[in-house]
Amino acid sequence: MAEEEIKKETENIKEEVEATPSEEETVQENKEQESETDSEEETISDEPEMTEEEKKALEEERARLRKVREEEEYFQNYVYKKVEFIKFGILSPRMIQKMSAAKVITPELYDSEGYPVDGGLMDTRMGVIDPGLRCKTCGQKLKDCPGHFGYIELARPVVHINFIGEILDLLRCTCKMCGRILLQEETIRKHKTKLDELEEEFGLLARRGMIKEIIKKLKTAKKCPHCQAKQGKIMLEKPSSFVEEEKRMNPIEARARLEKIPNEDLKIFGFNPDSVRPEWMILTIMPIPPVTIRPSITLESGERSEDDLTHKLGDIVRINQRLFENINAGAPEIIIEDLWDLLQYHVTTFFDNNVAQIPPARHRSGQPLKTLSGRIKSKEGRIRHNLAGRRTNFSARSVISPDPNLELNEVGVPLKMAMKLTVPKRITDWNKEYLIEYIKRGPKEYPGANYVITPSGRKKRITDETKEEILAELDTQYIVERHLIDGDIALFNRQPSLHRMSMMCHKIRVLPYKTLRINPCVCKPYNADFDGDEMNLHIPQTEEARAEAQILMQVQTQLVSPRYGKNIIGTMQGSVTGCYILTKFLTVKKKDAVEMLNAIGLMDTSSLPNKERITGNEVISTILPKDFNFRSKTKKGEELLIKDGNIKSGFIDNNAIGDDGKGYMLRILHKQYGPDQTITIVGKIFRLGLEVLLRNGFTVSISDTDLTPEISSQVEEVLSKAEKDIDKLIKSFDENKLEIIPGKSIEETLELRIMERLNHARNDSGETVIKSMDKTVPLIIMADCGSRGNVINIAQMSACVGQQALRGKRITLGYKERTLSCFKRHDLSAKAHGFIRNSFKSGLQPYEFFFAAMTGRDSLMDTALRTPKSGYLYRRLSNALQDLKVEYDGTVRDSSNNIIQFKYGDDGIDVSKSEKGKINVQRIIENLK
Amino acid sequence: MDKIIKEYKKLLPEKIIEEVKELVPKASDSKMKKIMEAVYQEYLDSKVEAGESVGLVAAESVGEPGTQMTLNTKHFSGVAELNITMGLPRLIEILDARKKITTPMMEIYLKKPYSAGKDIKKIALNIKETKLGEVITEFAISIAEQTVEFKINEKRLKDLNVEIKDIKDLIKKTKKIPPCTIKQKDNSINLATKDDGDIRKLYEIKENVKNVIIQGISGITQVLPVKRGNEYMIITAGSNLKKILVKEFVDTTRTNSNDLYETYAMFGIEATKQTVINEVKKVIDSQGLNIDIRHITLISDMMCFSGNIKGITRYGVVKEKSSILARASFETPIRHIFGAGLTGEVDYLTSVIENVMINQPVPVGTGLPDLVTKVKK
Repeated sequence: MAEEEIKKETENIKEEVEATPSEEETVQENKEQESETDSEEETISDEPEMTEEEKKALEEERARLRKVREEEEYFQNYVYKKVEFIKFGILSPRMIQKMSAAKVITPELYDSEGYPVDGGLMDTRMGVIDPGLRCKTCGQKLKDCPGHFGYIELARPVVHINFIGEILDLLRCTCKMCGRILLQEETIRKHKTKLDELEEEFGLLARRGMIKEIIKKLKTAKKCPHCQAKQGKIMLEKPSSFVEEEKRMNPIEARARLEKIPNEDLKIFGFNPDSVRPEWMILTIMPIPPVTIRPSITLESGERSEDDLTHKLGDIVRINQRLFENINAGAPEIIIEDLWDLLQYHVTTFFDNNVAQIPPARHRSGQPLKTLSGRIKSKEGRIRHNLAGRRTNFSARSVISPDPNLELNEVGVPLKMAMKLTVPKRITDWNKEYLIEYIKRGPKEYPGANYVITPSGRKKRITDETKEEILAELDTQYIVERHLIDGDIALFNRQPSLHRMSMMCHKIRVLPYKTLRINPCVCKPYNADFDGDEMNLHIPQTEEARAEAQILMQVQTQLVSPRYGKNIIGTMQGSVTGCYILTKFLTVKKKDAVEMLNAIGLMDTSSLPNKERITGNEVISTILPKDFNFRSKTKKGEELLIKDGNIKSGFIDNNAIGDDGKGYMLRILHKQYGPDQTITIVGKIFRLGLEVLLRNGFTVSISDTDLTPEISSQVEEVLSKAEKDIDKLIKSFDENKLEIIPGKSIEETLELRIMERLNHARNDSGETVIKSMDKTVPLIIMADCGSRGNVINIAQMSACVGQQALRGKRITLGYKERTLSCFKRHDLSAKAHGFIRNSFKSGLQPYEFFFAAMTGRDSLMDTALRTPKSGYLYRRLSNALQDLKVEYDGTVRDSSNNIIQFKYGDDGIDVSKSEKGKINVQRIIENLK
Repeated sequence: MDKIIKEYKKLLPEKIIEEVKELVPKASDSKMKKIMEAVYQEYLDSKVEAGESVGLVAAESVGEPGTQMTLNTKHFSGVAELNITMGLPRLIEILDARKKITTPMMEIYLKKPYSAGKDIKKIALNIKETKLGEVITEFAISIAEQTVEFKINEKRLKDLNVEIKDIKDLIKKTKKIPPCTIKQKDNSINLATKDDGDIRKLYEIKENVKNVIIQGISGITQVLPVKRGNEYMIITAGSNLKKILVKEFVDTTRTNSNDLYETYAMFGIEATKQTVINEVKKVIDSQGLNIDIRHITLISDMMCFSGNIKGITRYGVVKEKSSILARASFETPIRHIFGAGLTGEVDYLTSVIENVMINQPVPVGTGLPDLVTKVKK
C-alpha cells in the first residue's frame, strides 16, 4: 500500500518543463526511490493461530511499522527528485502527434454557453483555465493540471522560420537527386575523423567552427560526385521561400529533398540524427501549446480577452481550414498558393513576430502581438524573469530608520510585520505546551500564531471559530506558524544587491512603530541612508536555511570585505568625532565616566582607574579586550599605541575605528578576538562616541570658517600672485616665448601651465587657512579625525573655491571664442575660464556661479550615464564568472571542470580572511614576543 | 635556522617566507620554529574553503566599485602630457577585449647607453610618425599642366634628419599615389600625372602626398621621453610593438604595450594575461579604489586560460559555457535554444544558473558536498 502511494506521488511530482513548440526537452529523473517497503510487506502477513504473546508482539510490530510508514511519509516531503540532465532536440511530426492530447480542427473557441468547444483552441483536453472545469486529459482542476499539448494538421507544409538558414545550407550542400552531400566519399571520411578529433580536443565549439568552414566551401559545388547530377543554384528569397534557378521551390519539394539526406551525411553538418531530421524543420503538423500558457482574461464587462498566442493560433487554424477547403474543392493553383503564403506568414509570426522583412502581426489596436520568441526573450522574458528570477513569500519591505541602541546584528521589526510574518515550528512532545500557548493567543494577540499545518499538508487558518477545533486535534507532527519573536533569524537586503554584504542575516527585535530599524553602523555594507530608503526582510522557513543564514550570513561574519580584506563595517560620522574628542581633549569625572559607560550598555566599570578624573583614553580602554596590543598611525600621522588593552599614546580617529576599510584597529580586533566580540565592541564604541557628543554638544557654525584679517589678506596675496603669474604666462605666450612641453602644441602647453599654477594657488590658499585655524574649531575637528569633510572643503568655504574643471580641462565652452558674454574674446585669464576666486561664504560672482553650475551639471550627467553602463558590465562579469569555484584540491575550476587557476590567487588565501590581501607576518611575530 | 625555513618551504607560499626572512634576519632555531609554526597556522586559517564561489566574489568586487567610477576621465600618465582613457570606459574596453582600443600606448624601455639619456630626444623623434604634410609649407596645383607642386620646410626636414631626395623615393613607393613623374628642384617637388585632366584625381594625389610617412613608425602619433627612477624611457601614444622591437636601442625584455591583441601577437598569452591585470589595476588605482589583486587575476585568467583572448561578452567567455540554459539566460536566448536543438545538445546542469532555474541546489558553496551513505536494504 505504502509503496503504491509513494509511486503515485512521484508520478504526480514529475517535472513539467515548458517547451517551445519545436523544442523537445526530455527531463530525466533519477529514480533513487527507496525500496524498503518490500521486506516489510512480508512480515505483516497475518497468521490465524497465535498466542497472546505472539499477538502482543505482532501488535508491537505493527505499531513499529506504522511509525516507519509515518516517517517515510514524512521523509517523502524531503526526498528530492533530481533532474539529471535536459536534452534538447526538434520535435518530429510523430512525436508531436504522440504527445498531443487533442487535435484542433476549428478556430472557434467557445460555444454559445461559453464552454470551450471540443476540437477548438480552448479544448479542455489541453488543460483548463476556468476554475470550475476539469481537464479531460488528467482530470485535475485549474491549479493542478499542468496543461497538455495539442496539434493541428497543416494542409500544406510550412517552413519553420527559425531554421531557414539551416534548411538553405542543407539544400545547397546536398544533391538534388540522391540527397548525398556534395563531397567525395573520401573527403567525407576525412572530414568526419577530423571533426571527431577536433571535438575531442577542443569541444563542440571547435567542431561547429570547422563545420561552418566546410559548408562555406561546399556551396560552390556544381555537380554531384555520387550520381553526377547537375546542381542548380539555390537562393533564399527573404523571408521564407527558396528559389532554384529562377524557379520557386515550394516547401513540399524542399521537404522531399531533405528527406533524402542520409543520416550519415548529417553528421558533417553538425546535426545529431538521433534528435534531428532535417525534414522536421519543415512543419507538416504543428503543436498547439497548452491552454494554461495562454490563459484568457475576463474583463470587468464580462467579456473575454484572449491571449496573443490564442489569437495567432486562431488565425493559423482559420487559414488552414480555408486552405483545406480550397484544395478539396479543386480551386485554382493561384488561390491555393496565396492561401499557402498566408499560412506561412501566420506560422512564421506565431514563432517570431520580429522577423525582418515581415510586417509584425498586430492587434486591432495596432500594437504588435507578443508571440513565442517575444515571450522567451529579454529581461521581461520567460528565462530572465520567471526562470532565473524568483519570488518569495514570508518577506516584508518598509522604510528604514536608524537606532544605535540596537546591536549591529539586530534588525528592528515593526509589531505589525511581526504579526504577519511567521516561523514554522513543528510540535514535539517537548514544545507542545509552549506552542499551544501561541495558538491560544491566535493571530490578533502578539506572540501568537496564524496557521497550523496538519501532517497531511493541509493549512488551517487560526481564527476565533477554528481555534477550539485546532486545539483539539493538535498533536505532534503538526506545524504551527507562529509570529516572529525576538531572536528569530531574518535576512535583510537592500537593492541594488551589488555585493554579498547587500544581504545579511540579522536577529529580529520586535519594536513599535512602522519602520524597519538598523544600527547605523551597518549602513555602509548596504550602502543605505535614511532619506527614505526601503529595505527587504525575508524569514527563512527551514532549519537548513536558518542554519546557513546564521553561520554564513550574519552581520559579524561579513565584517571584512572580500574585496580588499579590510573591515567594511565600522563606526562613522558623529561617532568618530565623539571618540576623537573624548580621547584627544577630554578628561571626565569618574562619575561621568561611569554614567557614560552605563549608557552604552557596559555595566562592569571596575576596570576604570581609581582616580578622581579620568582621561578619555582610559574611558575607551575599558571597552577593549584586556590583552589587546596594537600599534598604528592616526590620520594626522601620530602614533596610536595600545598595550594590554590600554591606549598608551595617541588617540582614536577614523583610521582606527572607521568603516570602508579604514578602521585598522577593528580589523586587528576581528582577527584576534573573532567576529562576535568585535561586533559588540564596534557597537559600544559607536554608542560611546554618540554619548560624548550628547553630553558635550557639537555644533558646526558659519563662524568656523571666519578668517582673521591678516589671514584674509594673506589668501588675497596668494591668489593675486597666482593671477599675476598667469598674466605673465599669457604674455609670454602672446610673445611666443613660452617653453613648449615636448609633444604638445603651444596652446596646450599654456593651458597645462595655467592649470598647474591655479591648482597650486588653491592648495596654497587652503594651507594658509588651515594653518591659521584653531584645532578645536568643530569644522577642523571633523576634518582632522576624518569623520566628515576635508581640507579642501574647508578651504572652499573660507578662502577660495578654485578652478572648475570640465572633462579634465578648464572651461572652454560657451560663446564664440569666449565662455560668457561678459568677457572679452580670446581672454585666457583665470577668471574667464572657470577659476572661482571667491569662497562659498563670501559668495560667488554671477559668472562664477554659472561656471559652478556647469561642472555641477556635468557631474550629474556623468552619474546618470554611468549607472547603466557599469550595471551591464557587472551583469556580464557575474554571468561569466558565476560557476567558478574552488575545488577540494585547491584549484579553481569552471563548470566543465576546466582548471582556471591551479591555486586560487597563487597562494590560496581567501581575501576576506586576510589583512589587505596578505598575511600579516609582522603582527604574528610581534604577538609572539 | 635555514633548515627550519626549508622545512616550511613546501607548506608556505614563497612570498610569506621571504617576508619572515626579512623581518627576522636572525633567530634561534626554537624561536624560528615557533614563528614559522605561528605563521603557518595563520596561513592555514586564511586559506579559501572548498566550494567558495570565488568567481562571483571577483565579479562583485570589480562590479560594485564600477558604480563609483567616473566616466569620461582622460587621465594624464607620467608627467602630464599624454591623454589616456581611464575610468569605466577603459575598464569596459579591457574586459571586452576590444580589438581596437581608443588610446593605444607603449612604454619603451631602452638599452644601456640610451637608458642613461643618450640621444634620447633624437631617438624619440626618430620613432615618431611624421607625415609629409607636416613639413610642407605650400601647395600648388596646376590643372593645365596636370601637376601638383609643393614646397618643403627645409629647416624642419633637417631637424628630422631626412633628405629631400629620400622623399622622392618614398612618394614613389607609396601605393596610393598613381605613378607619376617626380621632379625635384631645391626645396620644391613637382608631381606630374600621366592621366588626363581629372581635377579630383589631382586633389586625391595632394591628400595622399600629405599622408606619406617620411619618418618614424606608423601609428605612433606622440612620443614622450621621460625619466622614471634614474632611467630614461619613452612613452608613446599609438602602439606598434612589431616595428619597435626590432630597433637596436630597445630593451625588448621590458617594453610593453597596452594593446591586448598586439601583446598577444608579439609575446603570447601569458604576457597578455599579465597585461590585462596591469591595465585593470591601472584603472582601479587611478580611480583611488581598492580591489584585491586576486579578483583581477581571476578575471584575467578566465579571459586567457583557453590560450586565446576571450572578452567577457556573449561572443567570448559566455559562449564557451557548456550549459545551454546558462548561455540562454545571458543574452540571445532564442539562438542558443535553437542551436542546442539542432545538435541535440544535452545540458548536464553542472553550473549555477540552470539549477536556479529548475529549483535545485546549486553546486557551489554549501551545495557542493554530497552525502555518501549506504542505503539499508
